[in-house]
Amino acid sequence: MSKHSIVTLKLVTIVTERILEDRLLRKLMELGAKGYTLTQAAGKGSRGVRASEWEGPDTKIETLVSTEVAQKIVDHVADAFFEHYAVIVYVQDAAVVRGEKYV
Amino acid sequence: MENIDTLATNLLSPVILAFVLGVIASVVRSDLKLPSALYNGLSIYLLLAIGLKGGVELSRTPVSVFIGPALLTLFLGLVTPVIAYNILRRLGRMDRVNSAAIAAHYGSVSAVTFIVAITFGTMTGNAPEGFMPALVAILEVPAIVVALMIAFMRDGRAGSWQDALHEVLAGRSVILLVGGLVIGLLVGPEGFAPVEPFFKSGFQGALTLFLLEMGIVAASRLRDLKQVGFFLVAFGILVPIMHGALTIWLAQFTSLSVSGAAVLAAMVSSASYIAAPAAVRIALPEANPTFYLTGALGITFPFNVTLGIPLYYAMAHWMLG
Repeated sequence: MSKHSIVTLKLVTIVTERILEDRLLRKLMELGAKGYTLTQAAGKGSRGVRASEWEGPDTKIETLVSTEVAQKIVDHVADAFFEHYAVIVYVQDAAVVRGEKYV
Repeated sequence: MENIDTLATNLLSPVILAFVLGVIASVVRSDLKLPSALYNGLSIYLLLAIGLKGGVELSRTPVSVFIGPALLTLFLGLVTPVIAYNILRRLGRMDRVNSAAIAAHYGSVSAVTFIVAITFGTMTGNAPEGFMPALVAILEVPAIVVALMIAFMRDGRAGSWQDALHEVLAGRSVILLVGGLVIGLLVGPEGFAPVEPFFKSGFQGALTLFLLEMGIVAASRLRDLKQVGFFLVAFGILVPIMHGALTIWLAQFTSLSVSGAAVLAAMVSSASYIAAPAAVRIALPEANPTFYLTGALGITFPFNVTLGIPLYYAMAHWMLG
């Protein structure tokens, strides 16, 4: 038995408009996320180039959560933001140590 | 002849030439771009500087002198979004949400247009009243609220009205402008003296750098012109002139000087591109940002800083002089 056991969690990544950052982070914590990582992002998608300094750079939010919380986050993002905002959300499996930190 | 001269004075100032340089840089696809930290820093400096100066001036202005222009500004802030909305709906045949979104921008104020108007007046020896920045603070918020109310009066909306209001009231332009005014009022001329050199001597230089970035941004918006169509281009030039003329005509009923009326006209005719887009994106997510940003940044801002401001001064001299 190794000293650090590895468990599988979900890594949820959301890339979206900067203006949604604050309210998304609040919602993530509400839905059960224990933390998150923020990165500035810029890119292009169906809503055109999103690199304008004017509206502010885009934001990439990553969070490690349980499967249930991941599903809740995806549902919320889809319901609240898919229709009118530039937003991408995807979920990957992530093998992590200290798994109890995140759930 | 005199008007041609003042127009040349405006067009050949470093501030406007820097704007043109930004446009050229964007057109030739230069890699020139202000780092966003510098751009943000400059906008904080400029907004706080005009807030402070306005507050200091306000501290030595009797209420009786200030009240007329303040009420006129508030009235215009409430009326111009309604005018803009009706023109967009009836003449432009635009849908409700986009009309309200654009009306919020054209009712509110662009602080940089205001600063360029003050600079132009000072340069040509027609400095307006010192308390003008206080009027910017009065003009900024009401129009956005009125335009969003127009949109929210009809059926349920996707966006959040409370979040949008927070976005405007806690946004950096209101905090810096109103905060600066209050600080200036509290400390008065003597208290302001120690920090004055920093906020005064660097001001024109900071404005020049800022306009360089504005030129780059405005030109990149111009690429969307085809998408917004002829109507919005005409709207972005004619409605500001109309709002400007209305302002100057009404200014005769207040104590405002000729230059004060011209600067107020430039303010009322300008379109917000910091406070309004943030609020509208949250409250009216269905509205197309290409319309309101291209209108405010790509059409109205360039028009106002080059031709509009000298025109408002000329109109003010003609109607009130």
